[in-house]
Amino acid sequence: MKGLDRITNPFNDDKVISNCGLFGMMSTRGRKFSGRDVILAMANMHDRGNGLGGGFAAYGIYPEYEDCYALHVMYESMAGKEQTEAFIRTAFDLVHDEEMPHRDPASSRVGGAYTAGTAPILWRYFVRVPENVLKDMIREDARKDIKNIEEDVADDYVVKQVMTIDTQIADAYVFSSGKNMGVFKGVGYPEDIGNFFCLEEYSGYLWTAHGRFPTNTQAWWGGAHPFSLLDWSVVHNGEISSYGTNRAFLEMHGYYCCMHTDTEVIAYAVDLLARRHRLPMDIVAKVLAPPLWTAIDRMPGPERRLHTALRLTYPALLMNGPFTIIIARQGEMIGLRDRIQLRPLVAGIKDDMLYLSSEEAPIRVVCPELDETWTVKGGEPIIGRLGGRVITGSESRAAAS
Amino acid sequence: MKSYLLPQFAVYRDDDKCIRCKVCVRQCSFGVHAYDDEDDEIRSNESACVGCQRCATLCPTGALVIRQHPHEFRPNANWSEEMLLDVKRKAETGAVTITGMGNDKPHRVYWDHLLLNASQVTNPSIDPLREPMELRTFLGRKPDGLVFKDGRLITDMPPQVMIETPIIFSAMSYGAISYQAQLAFMQAAQELGTLCNTGEGGWPMDFRRFGRNVIVQCASGRFGVDPDYLNQAAIVEIKIGQGAKPGIGGHLPGEKVTAAVAATRMIPEGTDALSPAPQHDIYSIEDLSMLIYALKEATNYEKPISVKIAAVHNAAAIASGMVRAGADIIAVDGFRGGTGAAPRVIRDNVGIPTELALAAIDERLRREGIRNRASILVAGGFRNSADIIKAIALGADAVYIGTAALVAMGCTLCQQCNTGKCAWGITAQDPYIAKRLNPDIATRRLVNLVRAWTLEIKEMLGGMGINSIESLRGNRLHLRGIGLQEWELEVLGVKGAGQ
Repeated sequence: MKGLDRITNPFNDDKVISNCGLFGMMSTRGRKFSGRDVILAMANMHDRGNGLGGGFAAYGIYPEYEDCYALHVMYESMAGKEQTEAFIRTAFDLVHDEEMPHRDPASSRVGGAYTAGTAPILWRYFVRVPENVLKDMIREDARKDIKNIEEDVADDYVVKQVMTIDTQIADAYVFSSGKNMGVFKGVGYPEDIGNFFCLEEYSGYLWTAHGRFPTNTQAWWGGAHPFSLLDWSVVHNGEISSYGTNRAFLEMHGYYCCMHTDTEVIAYAVDLLARRHRLPMDIVAKVLAPPLWTAIDRMPGPERRLHTALRLTYPALLMNGPFTIIIARQGEMIGLRDRIQLRPLVAGIKDDMLYLSSEEAPIRVVCPELDETWTVKGGEPIIGRLGGRVITGSESRAAAS
Repeated sequence: MKSYLLPQFAVYRDDDKCIRCKVCVRQCSFGVHAYDDEDDEIRSNESACVGCQRCATLCPTGALVIRQHPHEFRPNANWSEEMLLDVKRKAETGAVTITGMGNDKPHRVYWDHLLLNASQVTNPSIDPLREPMELRTFLGRKPDGLVFKDGRLITDMPPQVMIETPIIFSAMSYGAISYQAQLAFMQAAQELGTLCNTGEGGWPMDFRRFGRNVIVQCASGRFGVDPDYLNQAAIVEIKIGQGAKPGIGGHLPGEKVTAAVAATRMIPEGTDALSPAPQHDIYSIEDLSMLIYALKEATNYEKPISVKIAAVHNAAAIASGMVRAGADIIAVDGFRGGTGAAPRVIRDNVGIPTELALAAIDERLRREGIRNRASILVAGGFRNSADIIKAIALGADAVYIGTAALVAMGCTLCQQCNTGKCAWGITAQDPYIAKRLNPDIATRRLVNLVRAWTLEIKEMLGGMGINSIESLRGNRLHLRGIGLQEWELEVLGVKGAGQ
């Protein structure tokens, strides 16, 4: 987005710093439920944020448009909307568009101190990549041996268009661009944002949420978490001290980091590793939070070679400094803490439900009787997958070998 | 011809403290001190003194003080004493003035104009005494990405060399330095889990046991290069240029070519060892590629091949070409990098600061999307651990230290390496002088220096909230410039302090 720094980073800081509360819940059997519980959980962690950002990602919410990319877009001016819509009409086949349902901002306590009671224009578009564009891209693609090449080039195309809107069109910013999922976020406490977007009326099998505590006095709606690209979404608590290194590497791979937030680099890193380089998700976690060399030195041969290769090839995607992240995509939710455990992450399981949270209390609020709850170890991902399976850290480490 | 050169140093001897033990007489390899039997007095020929401080350091009673000579020419900002003496010296010899060590002119040292970051509040600093702190570094080409098939990694990793600290001992040849000094470097590199570079003077047979910790050079003189030389080493480095003397070759005078040096270099004893200015089989970038691949063939593609250049004006473009020519490591040596012998006019006027070359090279390789295809080694005037960590933040994988390592062994930068008279035994070939450098003590001093710097690097990394050196590599957001102009900040790719 042109002039974005003026809003999100008016003081030209290297990165916008924030600390936060996280929550995620998923039915590994794909059972759908409303946003009521996730809002309740976030309200319980009210004090982990400061009212300058709250947001949610929900999966499985658009079954009627499940083969369309759902673009959630915010506008700060009508001009931005008109220009973006003209762009969308040329770049995509537009299947449907509408204003995102929301309650009255004035009575919803959104907008923070400076813009209290106001909200940007919020619109969603269900689009397809035009057939002729797809055909051309497939013809030009040198990678002949890749399965699902149609989906792959379509994804690449969408990423490019999203980057174009975010960086070239003034006053427009894409919240999310995945299929059958969406991001709802803004300035305000998360429970207020959830209420504003009427999330209790949606039905999804996987929800993540975020309450933000930025150090900036001002905030903007696009700066809230989750950050999302295609159907990836990331919520993040922490500060990435390796940000400069991560960013330089991602820029080398064509990702333009326009928001100067460390969360953004995590989203792009995951897209590069899991989608473009096709690494399995448990391996991606090992790139972001690798085992220490002392641990690698003790591993048996094949595992040691694998982890050495990962650290040698992707050293610049190691996320250094304190962080907890919950990454989600269609059918999968991953929780990960930094390898020296500077930020909290608690997991809980009840039947087919996997809960991830900054604290245990919010999990107990929505599910008082858990089968199991534990503090997640640093560097060991918890992965919930459709199909009724939760992979804990030690298992995924075994899987990696 | 009567010399018009005034002595550069004055010798002050406190006669009350002097016990006539004659340590100074025996230690001065430049013949400054002499004992007069009849008068029971030690006399000093100041004009021979180079200010190496060997006598003052070893005098058991502290009777000696060596200071700059207090004589003064009429002040002239244009015609400094150094200029006057250089003209007079040439008028007396008709020869190119040769000197040792790196550029000693007061050009801006960019390290001193870069400030490091530290964590406060939003991000905790890390205490390296309590938490793991990883400095392990791998040198060599990295793949563009990894490929898994059915959950198994199928990408072959190019050859890598692991070092436990990002500090390597720079290239110093046997011949330029003594056998004892080179032994100390090899022992220290082995103990520290790092590397040392043989330079281009061959590699004595009895040092080949240190192969895992040794980089061998293939330079224009090709001294001592044979299949065993290449295959016993960890890394092979093609030396194109050296920071102290970009564009010119080397010359080890025949006096330093002893039987042992001759055998190691594979040349006749007592002959001058001449390294031509260019490599005579490299007249273009495609020739460089041929040599790189010839060396890869000779070493069965099992060793990273490094290419070392002097930091010159187009370093970034040259480095990019080197990576495309197949170099796995790029070594760049700035104009403060040392030398055993170089024409002073070259040393003091050719090349650029290594800081700027490094920043430009890292930036260029990133822009071209090939930064992962080569490691960057930087040399040229690292004086402390802060210089090193700043180099890593500017994009270096590891640094070469030469002068600092010599200083650890006793060197005082008297710049007489080319004379073969080094009173500290470091660059001497005369067995009587060379043996005063005890290799085991020198090893201990080198290990201590690198260990101390390594600990300091961990402290600074922890302060920035980083526990692995790869997260600082090229992380220029952790640097700020101070006292720099706009163009300098731009080349370095850093903001100004407070911005």
